[in-house]
Amino acid sequence: MSAVTGTVAIPATPRVAVRRPRGFAWQRFRRSPTAVAGAVIVTLVVLAALLAPWITPYPAAAGAFVDFKARHLPPGAAHWLGTDGVGRDLLTRIVFAYRASLLLAVGVLALSVPFGVALGLCAGYFRGAVETVVMGVTDIALAIPPLLLALAVTSILSPDLVNMMIALAVLWWTWHTRLIFNIVRSLSGEDYIDASRVIGAGPLHILLRELLPNCVSAIVVKLSLDAGFVILVGASLSYLGLGVRPPTPDLGSMIQAGTAYLPGRWWEAVMPCGALFLVILGFNLLGDGLRDVFDAEAR
Amino acid sequence: MLDYLVRRIARGVVVLVGLSIVIFGIARVVPGDPARIVLGPVATPEQIVSLQRQMGLDRPLVVQYGRYVDGLLHGDLGQSILTQRSVNTDVADAFPVTFELMVSSLLLVLAVAIPGGALAARYRGGWIDRTTRLASLLGVVTPSFVIAICLQILAGYVLRVLPIAGQLDPNVNFSATVTGFMVVDTLLAGRVDLFLDALLHLMLPTLALAAATAGQVMRFTRSSMIDVGRRDYVEAARAFGIPERVVLFKYMLKPAIVPTLTILGLEFASLLGNAFVVELVFGLPGIASYGVRAILHKDLNALMGVVMATGLFVVVVNLLVDVAVVLVDPRVRLRHAAP
Repeated sequence: MSAVTGTVAIPATPRVAVRRPRGFAWQRFRRSPTAVAGAVIVTLVVLAALLAPWITPYPAAAGAFVDFKARHLPPGAAHWLGTDGVGRDLLTRIVFAYRASLLLAVGVLALSVPFGVALGLCAGYFRGAVETVVMGVTDIALAIPPLLLALAVTSILSPDLVNMMIALAVLWWTWHTRLIFNIVRSLSGEDYIDASRVIGAGPLHILLRELLPNCVSAIVVKLSLDAGFVILVGASLSYLGLGVRPPTPDLGSMIQAGTAYLPGRWWEAVMPCGALFLVILGFNLLGDGLRDVFDAEAR
Repeated sequence: MLDYLVRRIARGVVVLVGLSIVIFGIARVVPGDPARIVLGPVATPEQIVSLQRQMGLDRPLVVQYGRYVDGLLHGDLGQSILTQRSVNTDVADAFPVTFELMVSSLLLVLAVAIPGGALAARYRGGWIDRTTRLASLLGVVTPSFVIAICLQILAGYVLRVLPIAGQLDPNVNFSATVTGFMVVDTLLAGRVDLFLDALLHLMLPTLALAAATAGQVMRFTRSSMIDVGRRDYVEAARAFGIPERVVLFKYMLKPAIVPTLTILGLEFASLLGNAFVVELVFGLPGIASYGVRAILHKDLNALMGVVMATGLFVVVVNLLVDVAVVLVDPRVRLRHAAP
């Protein structure tokens, strides 16, 4: 009797995974210097872009503004990053150009990610013909160099910010479809999916309440990395003259204009290059940091 | 294997058909009539109608698409409005320049990124690891045209050793007509001096183009090497006293390279996209400068030709990568053989 109760009395380790306190993720994030650096860069860029008219030294330089007395000034006390070929302050223009970059990233991701995620969920859950069609189309889209199609689209529609968004969004969903498809396919054999099907949950419930929450961390990481790459491709497009039209400031077209003055007036190309590099780096560091946090949570 | 190959080729054909529909659709929604673009602003309505009939633009879209595909199947991409030559000739002239740049970049990627990733995984946490991680991060986050411009500044104005634009010294009159590859043709012509010059000209574009892909590949090689390193058979090989060098490069690298190869296939499309920008920065007369000129002049036949040619290129490369994966990793063959 005592022996039997003895064995029964030993409490089994609880099967339910202990949920770590919320502070844990933050602690982990804070301890990674690169993740914090990324978060700081992204926050600063976003704040600067939002507050551009109030914090830049020469807000007038953001538009069609000419000051021939101040053209080609090297970086100095009055113009921290120098001025361009018509005397516009480069720091002001860079901060305003961040607005176009961030708007582009938000627009492209808002258009393409929900679409890509929905397709990935459906293809991974329903399999069969849905998978064949969706992944077939995804394969076609992946075979097209994104920059090439964006070039074709922006040239046919007139080149401006909105058309550039459309041109990039047309292909951007494919990566999310692939990512979500792979996650869902590996999850669909799990017991809890079968369990909710057994108790009569419909496909919509399983897709949105069981599968989608398990994809969120992957989507968030991808979003942060993507924001950087959208900005990168957008800058390449406007470097080729197919993006935002002048005089609206844009990093790609500023670099294009600045290369004409190399090497003597190096700052006109190098400063926007550095600004572009900084924002892409920020989103990448943030994304990598988030991935480390989520990976640790999953373990 | 044959079964797999047939299925894989069939998928490639489907991709190309899809691509042709997409690009045909894009070309037909262009605001502005192709006939009007050819004739210019002073054409009379009668001229436009007659050219429309001549170009088949008055027929239903399906018929137009059928004619276009018929041309594609006969290897005919149509006439370029811009150069007044056959698009085939234009693409055939421009493509080798791009191809040469891409091949040299891929060689650089394979030569640097895979050993780099392997060493980073071996000395995980050490200075090699930290340096390569930083380098691959920089490669991934810097736009190719920014790298290209920085290299131009550095090499052209600061160090003054490497040529910063073109394929050859501008004073030399030599055109690559045999294979189209400047490096190969100069050798075939027996001009060693020109060959060296062409190599020097190729260096900076290659570096600029390879950086992003090398970064990705290095990251992947590193993480899959770390993955493989946890397997029991690696432990066993070490326990048998097999030299570390052999364990690393023979037993670990081969399975670790499979996911890397797949990534390389996917990266290829973006490599081609980057080649567009890099070519423009360095003034190379490749498919990119042709494509961009076609786009700016709304030269639709040329644009469609460029897209189809690059699409075919990407599909073939992905096919080759898949075949290479099967050859390197026999386990893949088993997985595909299962129903």
